[in-house]
Amino acid sequence: MKTSKPELAENIKSAPAADADLSRASSATLVDEHDHHEAPKGITRWLYSTNHKDIGTLYLWFSFIMFLTGGAMAMIIRAELFQPGLQLVEPQFFNQMTTVHGLIMVFGAVMPAFTGLANWMIPMMIGAPDMALPRMNNLSFWILPFAFLILIASLFTEGGGPDFGWTFYAPLSTTYGPDSTALFVFSVHIMGISSIMGAINVIVTIVNMRAPGMTWFKMPMFVWTWLITAFLLIAVMPVLAGAVTMILTDKYFGTSFFDAAGGGDPVMFQHIFWFFGHPEVYIMILPSFGIVSAIIPAFSGKKLFGYHSMVYATCSIALLSFLVWAHHMFTTGMPVFAELFFMYCTMLIAVPTGVKVFNWVATMWRGAMTFETPMLFAIAFIILFTIGGFSGLMLAIVPADFQYHDTYFVVAHFHYVLVSGAVFSIMAAAYYWLPKWTGHMYDHKLSLWHFWCSVISVNVLFFPMHFLGLAGMPRRIPDYAIQFADVNQIVSIGGFAFGLSQLIFLWLVIKCIRGGEKAKARSWERAEGLEWTVPSPAPHHTFSTPPKVD
Amino acid sequence: MKGLKVTVWRLIKWMCVGFVAQLCSTSLAIAEENTYNMTKGVTDISGKVYDLHMLIFYICCAIAVVVFGAMFYSMYHHRKSKGAVAAHFHESTKVEVIWTVIPIIILVLMAIPATKTLVAMEDTSQSDLTIKITGSQWKWHYSYFDEEVEFFSLLATSQKAIDGIEEKGAHYLLEVDNPLVLPINRKVRFLLTSDDVIHSWWVPDFAVKKDTIPGFINEAWTRIDKPGVYRGQCAELCGRAHGFMPVVVHAMEEADYEQWLMDKKAEIAKAKQEAAASLTATLSKQELIELGTQVYVDRCAVCHQANGAGIPGAFPAITGSKIATGDIATHIDTIVNGRPGTAMQAFANQLTDKEIAAVVTYQRNGLGNDTGDVIQASDVNAFKAEQSGTSEEGQ
Repeated sequence: MKTSKPELAENIKSAPAADADLSRASSATLVDEHDHHEAPKGITRWLYSTNHKDIGTLYLWFSFIMFLTGGAMAMIIRAELFQPGLQLVEPQFFNQMTTVHGLIMVFGAVMPAFTGLANWMIPMMIGAPDMALPRMNNLSFWILPFAFLILIASLFTEGGGPDFGWTFYAPLSTTYGPDSTALFVFSVHIMGISSIMGAINVIVTIVNMRAPGMTWFKMPMFVWTWLITAFLLIAVMPVLAGAVTMILTDKYFGTSFFDAAGGGDPVMFQHIFWFFGHPEVYIMILPSFGIVSAIIPAFSGKKLFGYHSMVYATCSIALLSFLVWAHHMFTTGMPVFAELFFMYCTMLIAVPTGVKVFNWVATMWRGAMTFETPMLFAIAFIILFTIGGFSGLMLAIVPADFQYHDTYFVVAHFHYVLVSGAVFSIMAAAYYWLPKWTGHMYDHKLSLWHFWCSVISVNVLFFPMHFLGLAGMPRRIPDYAIQFADVNQIVSIGGFAFGLSQLIFLWLVIKCIRGGEKAKARSWERAEGLEWTVPSPAPHHTFSTPPKVD
Repeated sequence: MKGLKVTVWRLIKWMCVGFVAQLCSTSLAIAEENTYNMTKGVTDISGKVYDLHMLIFYICCAIAVVVFGAMFYSMYHHRKSKGAVAAHFHESTKVEVIWTVIPIIILVLMAIPATKTLVAMEDTSQSDLTIKITGSQWKWHYSYFDEEVEFFSLLATSQKAIDGIEEKGAHYLLEVDNPLVLPINRKVRFLLTSDDVIHSWWVPDFAVKKDTIPGFINEAWTRIDKPGVYRGQCAELCGRAHGFMPVVVHAMEEADYEQWLMDKKAEIAKAKQEAAASLTATLSKQELIELGTQVYVDRCAVCHQANGAGIPGAFPAITGSKIATGDIATHIDTIVNGRPGTAMQAFANQLTDKEIAAVVTYQRNGLGNDTGDVIQASDVNAFKAEQSGTSEEGQ
């Protein structure tokens, strides 16, 4: 019976978009046969699932578990840094914690959360019955837990797990890396394969399965940003795969890609890594832009200001992201012209990013705002992400970057854009769509506790890090000079508070799944988009008959 | 009851607002002081970098005031609860062009001074003296060109202070045994490279941060205005003791510098003489073990651990190891030449023959080993001589 969905997809895809009546008629007959097709029960529902909603749920839960795991590692880091001296962990283990924290948060928490949101929302937003490639969808999720199992297991091997930073610069990760480096390489390969499959699925779905009338410039911003993100993923994940493979052969098979003694170059590793790494940064923020562009209008009661310019801004950010990778490596000693080129390109990214922020503010301007929790998180996102953008602009200025580079200033910068940026947008999305997913409204009071605890503690956690960096504290050190003691203590307290605040969210989500006020189909009065035309909770299959979009 | 609840909520809200306001004002106060802001430093360049940093910072603040100001104004006045009715506008090419062009103008204005400073920073020509800086796990090596002066610079903070057994001093983790000594008012060029992984040599007061890359040479320069002691740290993750390889620079008046250079040369010559003398001396096992313990703690324990157990899978144990209990020549060879392709570095130039002999003796008779072997400096010297003999024969 499972073959019915691809067939169905096939059917809609082959139906000419203009001939809406035909596609409706043909799929309607299919749907009649399968009206009884409810969610299967038990563990096989999840293991064998080809349903975009179930897979989306799997992705989201997996990402939340990883968020807590990576967060626990951050707690270890902050506990060790609570005061000067070595108290809790070995420096070697400290390095493993910083490395695995980074890898888990990037590849295990933020990226799968966005893929989960894409799975749940993109088909519903474009009026498609499912993702275009449901079986691949299953595979791309189910290989992920194994990737992270391998990565986390490597911590328990002799010599420990990866301890060379999530950026794994050669030769620290080759000649000087631990014995478990091969496990790290394989787990990154699996993560990459999963991401690429996810991205292919998103592109194929968006290009082929839009409901009749859903033209490119009618697509919600979240769909647009994810489409562009998916292209970025396909472009750069193979580059990452190449980088880890060269690390593997350098370490185990005697090649010298990154070893000067054999004719290689350690700096080439950094060029390759950051050619992946910089677009990766935008992979982790573009979908956030999409989420915020959905939420701000919904609670301002106005249409998104400058929709077209938002699309163009996203495209130009994506293109520019390929031209700025070397700003991560100004201190490696580049020719001055290269430094200037990368500085100018990096500064240029501030323009389309600025356009986005201005458009959001213009959307709020003269609206009739209400401040439900998704809106609160979206507003916090705009403010805090912009602060991260400011420090990013400062980092682009090469002479100043020589002072900021590899200090806590950089740590503050990327946590502002990734935690109070990407993670806050994911939280906003969760609150926005929880009623659609569960059929219940979440506990409003609890959500306010979560928001205020998070937004205050995240600033206590990351804002003082700017000062630490400016005062000269390098990143990735397990112990520090005594003049940094006071600020580190504040930062650690903020860290523990932020970590604990996320447990409120866990409690809230469980509570929301189990019950609560019944959610309407259009859970937010002024929210727009096809997802609000289906009942809450969204039935197992939606849009078996494509809607007509005018 | 309900009234109480509302009051409590208001109180919490006000406390939050107060806290944020407090945070902002302390932030600003802290930024004013130099302890929590970038240092102005002691060179012309570092001053320019500071000015650039403050300029961008103020520009960002100004933009923040405008953007967040508009946002908060809107959030306060355009709320539904205050009876606001949503307007219908949602597009304007004019404003899109305006807020594309204005940022570009601001960016160009920022780029001009940044470019000027950068070009000046990268001009290493016409230097007065050159110093080669070599990073290795986890120490710096300084070599003065044309002066035959070279030495290693290691962390001087004791392990006990790190472990909290001893009091931490004012320069905890920012102190070394042999600081780099430089003259003021002279253009000093640095050539930077590494023996193993990538390190980064950083002194904030000079605004110099440059990676040291194995197999490649980087350039940087500085001209210090004021005598003093300037401290920095390795900035690029370089393994286990990355947090424990500080940079300390003593900047002196030129005359003092010349004097220091002469003293240092004399010191090096004396050390050479002592090393030569030690070749004929025979030390007792007890003396060797005492010296060896010291060397082991300073140089070996960071990887092989103080008790000799190593870290399985990363650093091999000394206790019961094949090398430390087997053939003596292999043992000496491992320390003298290191193990290429591993973290074990060559200590031939870092330790004297006497120290190598002592540490070999200690490793073979301490840390749970008991071979009874006693190795003298002359044995190490003989090993080195034999080795250079065979390598010449080989050619």
